[in-house]
Amino acid sequence: MSAIEAAAPTRSAASVQRHETLHVLARSKTFLAGATIVGFWVLCAIFQARFFQDPNALSVHQLASPSGSHWFGTDRNGRDTFARVIAGARDILEIAPAATLLGTVLGTALGLVMGYFRGIVDDVLGRLVDAVLSLPVVIVALLAIVSVGPSKQTTILVVGFVFTPLIARTVRSAVLSERELEYVSAAQLRNERAPYILFAEILPNVLQPVIVEFTVRLGYAVFTVATLSFLGFGIPPPSPDWGVQVADHYGFLSGGFAVWPVLFPSLAIASLVIGVSLLADGIAQGFDG
Amino acid sequence: MREAISETAGEPPASAAALEVGELDVAYRVRGVNRQVLRSLSFTIAAGESYGLVGESGCGKSTAALAAVRYLPRNGRVLGGSVSIAGRDLLAMHGEELRRTRASDVSMVYQDPGRALNPSIQVGRQVAEVYEIAGAKGGEARAQAEQMLRKVQIADPGSVMRRYPHQLSGGMQQRIVIAMALASNPALLILDEPTTGLDATVEAEVLDLVATLRQEFSSSVLFISHNLGVISKMCDRVGVLYAGKLVEEGDAETVFNDPHHPYTVGLLRCLPRGGQRKDHGRLDTIPGFLPVPGADLPGCVFAERCAFADDRCRTEPPPPVDVGGGHTSRCWYHEKAQSLPRDTPSELPEVASPVTAGRPVLRAGAVSKTYRQAGSDVHALAGVTLEILAGETLGLVGESGSGKTTFARCLLGITAPDEGSTLELDDQPLAATTGKRSGEQVRAIQIVFQNPDSALNRRHTVRRIIGRALTKLAGLKGDAREQRLQELTRSVKLAERFLSVRPSSLSGGLKQRVAIARAFAGNPKLVVCDEPTSALDVSVQATILNLLADLQRDQQVSYLFISHDLGVVRYLSDRIAVLYLGRLMEVAAAEVVFAAPHHPYTEALLSAVPTIEGGDRPRIKLEGDIPSAADPPSGCVFHTRCPRRLGAICDEQEPPLAEVEPGHLLRCHIPIDDLRTMQSGSQPAPA
Repeated sequence: MSAIEAAAPTRSAASVQRHETLHVLARSKTFLAGATIVGFWVLCAIFQARFFQDPNALSVHQLASPSGSHWFGTDRNGRDTFARVIAGARDILEIAPAATLLGTVLGTALGLVMGYFRGIVDDVLGRLVDAVLSLPVVIVALLAIVSVGPSKQTTILVVGFVFTPLIARTVRSAVLSERELEYVSAAQLRNERAPYILFAEILPNVLQPVIVEFTVRLGYAVFTVATLSFLGFGIPPPSPDWGVQVADHYGFLSGGFAVWPVLFPSLAIASLVIGVSLLADGIAQGFDG
Repeated sequence: MREAISETAGEPPASAAALEVGELDVAYRVRGVNRQVLRSLSFTIAAGESYGLVGESGCGKSTAALAAVRYLPRNGRVLGGSVSIAGRDLLAMHGEELRRTRASDVSMVYQDPGRALNPSIQVGRQVAEVYEIAGAKGGEARAQAEQMLRKVQIADPGSVMRRYPHQLSGGMQQRIVIAMALASNPALLILDEPTTGLDATVEAEVLDLVATLRQEFSSSVLFISHNLGVISKMCDRVGVLYAGKLVEEGDAETVFNDPHHPYTVGLLRCLPRGGQRKDHGRLDTIPGFLPVPGADLPGCVFAERCAFADDRCRTEPPPPVDVGGGHTSRCWYHEKAQSLPRDTPSELPEVASPVTAGRPVLRAGAVSKTYRQAGSDVHALAGVTLEILAGETLGLVGESGSGKTTFARCLLGITAPDEGSTLELDDQPLAATTGKRSGEQVRAIQIVFQNPDSALNRRHTVRRIIGRALTKLAGLKGDAREQRLQELTRSVKLAERFLSVRPSSLSGGLKQRVAIARAFAGNPKLVVCDEPTSALDVSVQATILNLLADLQRDQQVSYLFISHDLGVVRYLSDRIAVLYLGRLMEVAAAEVVFAAPHHPYTEALLSAVPTIEGGDRPRIKLEGDIPSAADPPSGCVFHTRCPRRLGAICDEQEPPLAEVEPGHLLRCHIPIDDLRTMQSGSQPAPA
């Protein structure tokens, strides 16, 4: 290893490393499979309006089975399920990443502060984190909706708020080992201010776990947003959101004559969660390997 | 025991060599490309022989050891050649047979004993397990384990067996590992840097133990180390490895005293030896870098860095030439190897100005540091009073746990010393923590850390690392900063092209130069060097020591130089302070400390260092490990281990740190003249 390092550098190490990580990702089947699934839904979300039917267009056939004109059948209002499943990707692909990003930014900042200062700061913030972690998502969502009303923004805030302590804990443990390294002492020995040490010295070194945590959380976010919508705490109807679609039609499952409006949105949720998880696994492997 | 094993393992020919490696080629597959690390390596270890492999890191020493037991990492491949242990071809073995051979005929001891032991299993269980694998039953295995621990000189095996690895000191852990390695009574014992992480005193004990056990068990030993002194002490024969090729081989004594390969010559010259000091001249260095693994080396592997190299060296690989008495060298010019021109001038360009002695830069008064740990007080430092003069190097030595680093941290303000401690910089009081010190004071005291890997932010470029220090410490901006940056990188002899890279693409030596440049950014008055070369190879160490000596001469900076390597300390230090359990034992000019009379602890430290020219000088053994600072011994803290203890007075009364001769402080009840008489017989050789 050291012998390899001994060679005079020809290319910037950063570019080499980035190149290698991309190389590993491009060869990882897990990552490629995840990227394909997620990429499919992203394309659906972007081009739905251009290439597909209006998801709110009504037809005379209600709760129809799949056919040539309605590939996935129709729902209780006679809307095309295929068009709604495609269109449903849009909301969730806005809300889930936004919420995860919010949670990651807040959680990273909190984790850096907790890990770096330790002592009383860590103790107090740590208890708060535990307190937030002990709240069920549904209760937080319920409180938020009661106070500000259901909307995309509310959902983003709720999920972001719930994710913050989880990400903070991961970042904190990474910072704990990082702060013992001597480059941090060296920074202290030139009287750097804490924000500089946190964000300019330590943060770049804990970005890998942050990125892995972001992708892992993204999968959970898709799942959580769908659950909240299903329970009526998320995106309000008539949005073609998958969770809302399932919620609207699960009553028709008894008797078995209207499986389609529940099955296809459910599969869509499952595929997106799996796709994001594969992506997360691929990225984590890329960093390790 | 031995008979039982040879039955299960087949009948090896009686005269077989313990290990025979023939024309071995090993490569690591990295991103689809085979990178050759061993190049037709051949060597033989006769039964009962101790064979040493030396070379710098990256030469393939550890790969050779792993290949010898066919235990290469997953991407390692044997491309050709043969390995046989006790006459049986290892490369032809499969599954169970290979496993059996490894279990019964070979044992390995690695560098870090803490990692070789399972932290959650009692050590007795772990040792007994080796006997169980060999077929012993529960109680019997435990009894054998206990007996084995007694053989590795563990005083109270019964209680040690019930402990967990973290409850034992490093030296003790390494003894347990050695006990486990010898439990199967192996034909071959492979020791891969077994004492590298240990203190000199502990190292000496472990080496003595290995030497004793080797006689008792008549095992052959493959000893791998970068430390030439250790190899010379432990081995009958030695092979010098460079870029995966054995460049020189022969009797340890002949190779080290009469080397016939330029690499060996260079390596030996890198070591500060024979009392060499910075004002006598600079250490020699080996120019250039080790070739990258897998590099295409058509000629001599060392040609690129050799002053003799000509066209023949670059195109035609030299064969091993016998230079007499089984001593071989792979060099076309082996007969003139010893006249290798120096890489650095041995004479200083100008006569170094003697230290402008007198004015103390830093004054530490009764500095103590007490940590509270699990309800009890741990006295890491107890009243250290010390002055560091302008432009001088104060060497700080002592075993680990003696408080060297704590003292440095107190000076720097990373750790606040106890109430009542005083620190003064240029006669101005120094606040306890960095944050409370003035900008001037902060830049005046800087540090070069031991491990450049963790001391440099791996996400920042070299330019940013040094530039930020210039901004914060020297208050420079824009063009002025850029100009100073260029000056600084030139003064640490760092090529400008390295400014744009991150530390990971620099070698250890280059990283340490960056760290030195950072420390010098604010024109410091005192630089703490905390083991700055212990993570580096000897040839790199020499360049860093030369650099530190040059910077000191040019800038009149003072150093507090902490190191466990006494040769290095001696080279760079003007005065030396010896620390034991947080107390100063001896302070004097470097030459005074190294020459008798000295404190019994200093005497033991000096005698523990294995040297190349050492021969068999009497070694003063220290009993046991350094006592816990939470419960220091009464009286003189050293009395529990002191080989020259007077009697009750040592146990009861702490001797003062008294000036026994002008400039020579000593904390001992024994009068200086008595010490002189006692130690005149056992003058330690120069480290």
